[in-house]
Amino acid sequence: MTASPAPSEPPVIEFRQVGLTYPGPPPVEAFRPGDLVVRKGEFITVVGPSGSGKSTFLNIAGLLDTPTRGSFLLDGIDTGRLKDTERTTLRGRRIGFVFQAFHLLPHRSARENVELAMVYGGVPRRERPQRASEALARVGLGHRTDALPTRMSGGERQRVAIARALVARPSLLLCDEPTGNLDSGNAEAVLQLLETLNAEGITVVLITHDLAVAARGRRTITIRDGTLSESEQVGAC
Amino acid sequence: MLSRIGEPRDASSQPDIGRSLFAPRDLLAEALAGMLQRPARSALTMLGTVLGVGAFVAVLGLTATASSQIDDRFNVLSATEVTVEDIAHEQDKFAGAAFPDDATDRVERLNGVRHAGVLWMVKPRRSAAELAVTAAPVGHTGGEALSVVAAAPATLRAAEPRLSQGRLYDDFHADARQRVTVISSGIAARLGITTLETKPAIFIGGQPFTVIGIVEDVQRQPDVLLSVLVPQTTAVEMWGRPTEGGRMLIATDLGAARQVAGEAPTALRPDHPEYLKAVPPPDPKSLRTSVTSDLEQLFLLLAGVCLVIGAVGIANTTLVAVLERTGEIGLRRALGAQRRHVTAQFLAESGTLGAFGGLLGTAIGTLAVLVVALIRDWTPVMHPVTLATAPFIGLATGVVAGIYPARRASSVQPAEALRG
Ligand SMILES: Nc1ncnc2c1ncn2[C@@H]1O[C@H](COP(=O)(O)OP(=O)(O)OP(=O)(O)O)[C@@H](O)[C@H]1O
Ligand SMILES: [Mg+2]
Repeated sequence: MTASPAPSEPPVIEFRQVGLTYPGPPPVEAFRPGDLVVRKGEFITVVGPSGSGKSTFLNIAGLLDTPTRGSFLLDGIDTGRLKDTERTTLRGRRIGFVFQAFHLLPHRSARENVELAMVYGGVPRRERPQRASEALARVGLGHRTDALPTRMSGGERQRVAIARALVARPSLLLCDEPTGNLDSGNAEAVLQLLETLNAEGITVVLITHDLAVAARGRRTITIRDGTLSESEQVGAC
Repeated sequence: MLSRIGEPRDASSQPDIGRSLFAPRDLLAEALAGMLQRPARSALTMLGTVLGVGAFVAVLGLTATASSQIDDRFNVLSATEVTVEDIAHEQDKFAGAAFPDDATDRVERLNGVRHAGVLWMVKPRRSAAELAVTAAPVGHTGGEALSVVAAAPATLRAAEPRLSQGRLYDDFHADARQRVTVISSGIAARLGITTLETKPAIFIGGQPFTVIGIVEDVQRQPDVLLSVLVPQTTAVEMWGRPTEGGRMLIATDLGAARQVAGEAPTALRPDHPEYLKAVPPPDPKSLRTSVTSDLEQLFLLLAGVCLVIGAVGIANTTLVAVLERTGEIGLRRALGAQRRHVTAQFLAESGTLGAFGGLLGTAIGTLAVLVVALIRDWTPVMHPVTLATAPFIGLATGVVAGIYPARRASSVQPAEALRG
């Protein structure tokens, strides 16, 4: 791992020959066995052509999918030894997700959408509005807490989703094409927000097929046909 | 899935992860939000449950209301009425009339008897002309086709008549075998009698009888309103004892009727109690069931059909919601919701739909009972158990309907649901 910037920091993601084959038929080797360490405080971008296995990688790292080979350690916890319910709890407590499609509940206000991330984590009811407002203020939406997502711009929606990902205080932020649906202005605002959050200590993994976006990472990982490789030079997507 | 249940875990390398929660209040809030998201669809979905529970409440309420009206009539009249029939000739062809002359005294001595007296329809011995009832002594041969009934003074009292004019004949008239009569207002009108001031008489077989009372109505034995009533002693003197068809009417205190019915034949004829057959009032409970159970069952069946339709409606809507909201389910799972939390959420949504339908149905059913009672001038009666259970029937319908969709929801794979 050439570009690991802070070897002293503890690893957040640790892949040990992790691979995933969808059973099919026909079986699809969506992620080929490989090693990877992402340390606390890193900002990593993942690039690769469509269908190369980027989302598969993110699903494994986010405990949404279980690898069929190797072992994946999150915050030093061997997730292969956990029960399904424990993996779910771990996911809710330690990982924040940001998706290209936002996945906001259309009939709930921005604040309620953010509060949803605290429902299953056992945050007391009375603390939630305050924490949600703080998270929204942090993404620059302090004035729009009661707005419905359907009345918001794409950039605003993605910032609500980021606030939702932040509010449970995860150790890892996984973003799958967060700027994919945004114009350049809004994309830039979201990227700057992610950079600020990273500077404050949160580990960020960002998937993109935009090379300009990928260049923002301090470290870039390329996936091709399900194989991980780490290099400055990225092929055309 | 790599679950290793039962395998001891290394405590030092696997720190405590904690637990995912879904507090009941959060569950309810999510269920309500899910239902209110699409108010029109929710309302339509509830319709079947509303109808089912409404029909259930209305049927039970209406039967309770209707049978309580029947009960009332039993309590004041039928339950306090006993008749004793003369069946002597069935037992012994030469027995003659079974009732003794002092029948009233013998029976009125029994506990709980208010009034008791015999009555029989007078039969002509030779020709019908003997008993032709006319308004004038001659001319109207053939007369009005009215029957003559011999009744003891106590019989009249037992029938609980309402007099419009005059009075009833009493023991004095009977002992003196006076030729007096009491007639109904209907007969009085047919015979052209409007007032008793002039001491009008009617003629039975040409013999004058003074009309001393006109009866508007009777509570028991309404058939006597179709007859001309004369004291039994007078009837015996003029036309002889009845050979058969004699009856006794007994009015009792509330609750005494069955015992009186058991004792009366022996009190009347200690030597031949089998000559008499006492008919106690019917058991109000059995009568009520026979009156209402058929219809009630039919309507309850209909209510059940409505509930099944309601359940199918809720199941369908919830299933559509699950399919529409796979993204939301995936998101919730990403945010730490367990499978059972997803199951609980959709069960709660369908249960809420059912419960609201049940509440609405209860209200509508109750309203229907009230309206019918108001129109019929009845006292509405609703068993508290019916009102208390009805909303829960709706709830149960919703929960049962939600089982399959909720299982579908919990088996959604988060990775697939979040793609795209
Ligand atoms: N559930 C599945 N069953 C079988 N094959 C699957 C499944 N999910 C994904 N795949 C396959 O795995 C491969 C990797 O898919 P993945 O979604 O990770 O690609 P991606 O790099 O995210 O692409 P994109 O840039 O278009 O989002 C693809 O070939 C896809 O068809
Ligand atoms: Mg993808």
